Amino acid sequence: MNKSDNTNRYWRSNLTLVAVLLSIWAIAGFGLSIFLIEPANHFKIGSVGFGFWMAQQGSIFVFVLLVLTYALTMDWIDRKHQVND
Amino acid sequence: MTNFHCLLAVSDPALPWTWAFIAITFSLYLYIGWRSRVTETAGFYVAGQGVPAIANGAATAADWMSAASFIGMAGLISFSGSDGSVYLMGWTGGYVLLALLLAPYLRKFGHYTVPDFIGARYYSETARIVAAICAIFISLTYVAGQMKGVGVVFSRFLEVDLAVGVCIGMAIVAFFAVLGGMKGITWTQVVQYFVLILAFIIPSVAISFQLTGDPIPQRAFAYSDISHRLNEVLIGLGHEAYTTPFTKFGSSWNVFLITAALMFGTAGLPHVIVRFYTVKDVRAARYSAVWAIIFIALLYTTAPALGLFARYNLIDSMHESKIERVELTNANSEPRSFHFPAQQAAAFAAIEAAQDKNAAAIKKGLREPTAITYFLNSKTGKPLDWATRWQNTGLLKFEDLNQDGQINLTLIQHDGGTKHSELAKIDRDIIVLSTPEVAGLPPWVIAMVAAGGLAAALSTAAGLLLVISSSLAHDLYIRFFEPDATEARKLFVGRVAIIFGILVAGYFGIYPPGFVGEVVAFAFGLAAASFFPAIFLGIFSKRVNRAGAVTGMIVGLLFTSTYIVLCTADKVLPFLFDAPILAKENWLFGISPQGIGTIGMAINFALTLIISSVTAPPPAEVIELIESVRIPSGSGAAIEH
Repeated sequence: MNKSDNTNRYWRSNLTLVAVLLSIWAIAGFGLSIFLIEPANHFKIGSVGFGFWMAQQGSIFVFVLLVLTYALTMDWIDRKHQVND
Repeated sequence: MTNFHCLLAVSDPALPWTWAFIAITFSLYLYIGWRSRVTETAGFYVAGQGVPAIANGAATAADWMSAASFIGMAGLISFSGSDGSVYLMGWTGGYVLLALLLAPYLRKFGHYTVPDFIGARYYSETARIVAAICAIFISLTYVAGQMKGVGVVFSRFLEVDLAVGVCIGMAIVAFFAVLGGMKGITWTQVVQYFVLILAFIIPSVAISFQLTGDPIPQRAFAYSDISHRLNEVLIGLGHEAYTTPFTKFGSSWNVFLITAALMFGTAGLPHVIVRFYTVKDVRAARYSAVWAIIFIALLYTTAPALGLFARYNLIDSMHESKIERVELTNANSEPRSFHFPAQQAAAFAAIEAAQDKNAAAIKKGLREPTAITYFLNSKTGKPLDWATRWQNTGLLKFEDLNQDGQINLTLIQHDGGTKHSELAKIDRDIIVLSTPEVAGLPPWVIAMVAAGGLAAALSTAAGLLLVISSSLAHDLYIRFFEPDATEARKLFVGRVAIIFGILVAGYFGIYPPGFVGEVVAFAFGLAAASFFPAIFLGIFSKRVNRAGAVTGMIVGLLFTSTYIVLCTADKVLPFLFDAPILAKENWLFGISPQGIGTIGMAINFALTLIISSVTAPPPAEVIELIESVRIPSGSGAAIEH
């Protein structure tokens, strides 16, 4: 496998990961918390509507997990393609 | 804005504590600034790129969380209800974009500033100048808001003049920023993070426990009955329920556009991006992003709980409070005091006369000559001293409209006008700062909140000032006027530029132009419409070229700023216009000016891609640069150029 093939594959894995994580970002942030907030509010978390809770709490927890998942997975991808320092 | 006529009427038990806390934290900042003084430009601009990931995470969080996040946001949410989510998600969701799409690659690029990247990637000095000017404009509007925050804290908690407060703040920032540059700023920001987060969490936990019996605000927010209690109270007073969506921004479409503008704008804010240049390598950049969002989330998940608790507490303590006496103070005469109910009739006659004179003065553009202060007792008979103190700052005002001797918060239509209650004015900045007093927490907690507000304002101000300095000195002056300057000379120019930035920021802090509040929110729209597409496409597309990016940035910026000016002409250009040129009912597709940055960004993206596809691709060395930033290995020290 030559160097540029490896680089291309590395970049494609990175793009796939980013695309997956940003889809979750959009579903949590724009989907459940904005466009679907009213139907989501029919379900409850504790005593508040699920949509309201996602908009003010849940989405932020999701964002933290996304950034963490990115850093951990990229470590693994870096090692696999030997592009780490 | 500050009115000191009757300041001594109610002395503040928190005052000695506040002086002590501020003296301790400020000495700490000065000490760190002195310890981390630098002698070379790499230290001055990017802290020598040796900052550990967790420290950079804390510094980024402090840099990111401004006076607006600390003092303003919980208040904004408190008054926006469910729609307050635009700020919560906008400012944290943008961070995900920054961490996944920009930060690691910019660290690999390794130069000092955002204009450096734009200039190199688009092989264009024009692009660099446009970027540097955008960075200066965004940072200046933003820093003026920080200085105003410093002034508010000083004038309320230390009872000194706003101008004196701003000057003290300027002197502290000047000391550690001029001596230590990015290195001094980074290590003070680490300390400031811990000061501000403790100052935010401690009162939140106390008030959560007091109201719900659960000390964890995040859990009490969802699992206690507090949201039901607040909804019932609000509906009873004629408001909409707190948890109903789209009460503040109208439609899901507008909420989406505003959230998106804040997200993409946040990701494009230069003072936050440069923080990622300070770490060792790409991996450290990713992990410092993880630490930073954890540190940020701690405050951002507490803020909505605090907003909800504070709204409930404020209404509960002020509603149906009894007027004990009213005091009218005037610069030229002795204060006049009227006790209730004995002198009630005389009081209202005097109040009406004073209000007429005040209204006449306001019409002539003068300050109100007479301050009307209501001394209140809550419905349980407790004196509301905090309400008196906040009235002294002019941020809180009452008016007993039906003259029944008590303050009622029910929304009622008076004289056929719009509905309002007897709470004549409440500035949203009060919410966080007053929460401990309203909840009756000990004075040292109140002092801590003051120190936390200052830490939040100063840490962000310092980061912004560094961007202003680097844009002026490094991107513009040295590059175009003294390209052969020695290291010592470059450092000197950087320091002069930072002092210039501090003076301008201080001026705007003392004499805030009316538009500061408006413009700070719009800084995000402008960053979204200019920087985000240029940096993102610069990394993820090899085809995007100079012609496309420069046109996209300029058109995105012009479109967004024009729309904002049209919608807010009365506030941005008060000497030319009395009313917005584009009134609310004529907004383009009903899009609010806060959300227009998203449209500006879409235009920028479309133009950049279309123009790039019909013009020549970028030269080979730029393709090499793109390939190099995509690979983490080899991210050594910043390359001098």
